[in-house]
Amino acid sequence: MPADAMGAVLSLDPPDRAHIVMDATVLDVRDGLRGLMACPLVQNLSEGCLGTTELVLAEALNNVVEHAYARYPGQIEIEIRRDPDQLRFHIRDQGLPMPGAEPPAGRLPEPAAFDDLPEGGFGWFLIRALAQDLAYRRDGERNLLSFGVILDNAA
Amino acid sequence: MNLEIEHRAEIIIVRVTDDRIDAASAIQFKERMREIVATPSARVVLDMSNVGFLDSSGLGAVVAVMKALGPIRRLELSGLTPTVEKVFRLTRMDTVFIIHKSLPDGLKNAG
Repeated sequence: MPADAMGAVLSLDPPDRAHIVMDATVLDVRDGLRGLMACPLVQNLSEGCLGTTELVLAEALNNVVEHAYARYPGQIEIEIRRDPDQLRFHIRDQGLPMPGAEPPAGRLPEPAAFDDLPEGGFGWFLIRALAQDLAYRRDGERNLLSFGVILDNAA
Repeated sequence: MNLEIEHRAEIIIVRVTDDRIDAASAIQFKERMREIVATPSARVVLDMSNVGFLDSSGLGAVVAVMKALGPIRRLELSGLTPTVEKVFRLTRMDTVFIIHKSLPDGLKNAG
């Protein structure tokens, strides 16, 4: 159970789905991504597709760690389904709701003078640039974020 | 965060030996780099050929290091892997940095 050893619970049943529960810390997110990127669900994806998947997931999960769980600890639950043309992700947490009840617009920070170059604000831009069908809703005390990543080597 | 440092004439070459700069390591990367570049040099080259993954926190840290160097002593990046290159390109930060495909001539046998 290598995934357990990395601090996340990963189940693969049926084989086109994965279910991961991790503590909401940046280290658990890193370990969870490592486990996921090595699991059979993402086998035979192109290098570009794997990179995009890991990047979008990292941004979405670290956002939960930094903002939803800014005031108290908790867990993140991820469900992944492999469709013929895309990977579908559902991410749940019990943290604070997103301000305005929607994901940030994620506009690219404006090019600026040297001293004012942006050191942040790229996360939602990258998610919106790389993910499909981004949707967020508050369900009682939980946040639910869903999106897809298109498989460029779809059969 | 593991970084290898080499001083060559007027150049500091920093090789990132970790395979990622992410939310879990960005602050440490930024602090280590600030210590390293406190030594005067004409140029600072960051060899990222071992870094397979960089997220928005990692990108922010690289930008912060460049700003810490000031406008004259630019941070030069070398050996961006495909996913890392994509992050720089999408965010247009590829226009802000001097980016080498591999270590500049004359520095290749570093280490």
